[in-house]
Amino acid sequence: MKEILELLESDAMLTPGRIAAMLGRDEEEVAGIIKEMENNKTIMGYFTLVNWDKLGSEKVNALIEVKISPQRDVGFDAVAERIYRFPEVRSVMLMSGAYDLAVMIEGDTMKEVAHFVSFKLASMEYVLSTATHFVLKTYKQHGTILNDGEEDRRQVIVP
Amino acid sequence: MTLKTNWADMVNPTVRDIPPSGIRRFFDLVTEVKGVISLGVGEPDFVTPWHIREACLYSLEKGYTMYTSNHGMLELREEIARDIHNTYKVNYNPRNEILITTGVSEGLDLAMRTLLCRGDEVLIPEPSYVSYAPCATLAGGKPVYLKTSVENGFQLTADLVEKAITPRTKVLLLSYPNNPTGATIDRKHLLEIAEIAVARNLIVVSDEIYDKLTYVGEHTCVSSLPGMRERTILLNGFSKAYAMTGWRAGYAAGNSDFISAMTKIHQYTMLCAPITAQIAALEALRNGRSEMRKMIAQFNRRRRLVMDALREIGLPCFEPRGAFYAFPEISSAGLTSDEFAKQLLKEEKVLVVPGNAFGEQGEGFVRCAYAASEADLNEAFRRIGSFIKRRLGRRKVLTFTIGKPEQIPEQTREGLVVGSSQ
Ligand SMILES: Cc1ncc(COP(=O)(O)O)c(C=O)c1O
Repeated sequence: MKEILELLESDAMLTPGRIAAMLGRDEEEVAGIIKEMENNKTIMGYFTLVNWDKLGSEKVNALIEVKISPQRDVGFDAVAERIYRFPEVRSVMLMSGAYDLAVMIEGDTMKEVAHFVSFKLASMEYVLSTATHFVLKTYKQHGTILNDGEEDRRQVIVP
Repeated sequence: MTLKTNWADMVNPTVRDIPPSGIRRFFDLVTEVKGVISLGVGEPDFVTPWHIREACLYSLEKGYTMYTSNHGMLELREEIARDIHNTYKVNYNPRNEILITTGVSEGLDLAMRTLLCRGDEVLIPEPSYVSYAPCATLAGGKPVYLKTSVENGFQLTADLVEKAITPRTKVLLLSYPNNPTGATIDRKHLLEIAEIAVARNLIVVSDEIYDKLTYVGEHTCVSSLPGMRERTILLNGFSKAYAMTGWRAGYAAGNSDFISAMTKIHQYTMLCAPITAQIAALEALRNGRSEMRKMIAQFNRRRRLVMDALREIGLPCFEPRGAFYAFPEISSAGLTSDEFAKQLLKEEKVLVVPGNAFGEQGEGFVRCAYAASEADLNEAFRRIGSFIKRRLGRRKVLTFTIGKPEQIPEQTREGLVVGSSQ
């Protein structure tokens, strides 16, 4: 099961047939396992890793450190939920250390992101402070180096 | 008038008479063709894991650019001794029973030169790696081939060894997992061979460079068998398991008197293995296990894909259990290994190595290295499929993707199995 997930995580286009061949298992069995993991939401979806820079896209990404005061019974979760429900928010993580939530935001312009932070995030109840860091360049995402210069340098034939 | 030196006449006849490498021969052919998918490469397609490269960069920054001891860095020898002990429960003293070499290649050469007197016979399984016979010959020895066959899964048997022994036999070379066949050898066979080695006082040189690339069953280290530690020179290295071919690092382990004799040659001809490679090897042994496992898991997946693809195409292939080679039988195409490889290259731009490059016994086979990306493997075997289909003169359309046996109609599959002549 773990092996199937690892393969799919590295390439969501892999068909059950190919996965079965790679793992020396039966195709129907693999298809069944995948279906089940989709049903019980172990597999949450299949995405494409896009290097938007190639399109000259001007999308703006920012990491926002958010400090919040935890609430009785629900801790940080209730505030986190209010934040992650905004579609502009790409990811939200509870962190140890100097701040509480790491929030990744994507917007079309810097102004749009700034607007979101000041009007939606910073002004939210229980949010104590925010610090916004704009992303200047993405080198690696989801374990993939975006502009990898390491092509095959082997000679065509060797012992 | 100045006499022109004829350099060809200056070459030592022993060197002159060594035939050119059957693999190298193809090199020129390939460089002329564009868009070739190469399954001819005997090295991992992975780049050395980053933590190993980074450790070496750091050492360079710190100024580690000098000679090491002739034996190699003691820390590395200690780490190697630990690794052999942990894996095979065999103990070597890192101080005098291990020599760091520039790859198994040097270890092999040193072992042969240290062992052989003119005319001593070296038993070499065939098919096998291209360096064994030339190294034996250059050292003054005489290669004697033990013909393993596909029926036996290319395993050496005690019987083959026994029959080849003469009063001049001194060395038995073992090489499992095997290049080019991907064969491994059962413990049972090895035990029987070991018994003969002891009874007939043979020295065993065991090239176990692919030991970690064993996918089915467990690798048995020759020196772990009863009575074998004292008569075995164990050769191993970092090229394959850690994707470190270009670094040039390996080692020989064995009897201390013999290791010190090997060191004598090493000291005067190589001085020491490159310090960069030794530092990288040290990092590989200390922290490389998880990256290595990942690479091996990937090889294993590709191995299954390739077996599947060959089944679909109808080329019989015994299951390779180690290394990263498949060795399908191609005689059903009505071509020799050489013709097969040449025409496949010309017509389909896929490069495989003709089996006879690894000795006569490899005739009728080709070596396909699956050290290539899955996409390349998929495309390569699609091309090999159409090549075979043309050879067999079938009109049925054969479309397949690796790993999807059900897409091929049953009759087509049947029709392509060996024996269906042209
Ligand atoms: C069986 C075998 N032994 C030794 C070597 C050479 O290894 P090294 O890089 O350690 O010199 C190879 C390389 O292809 C090999 O296949």
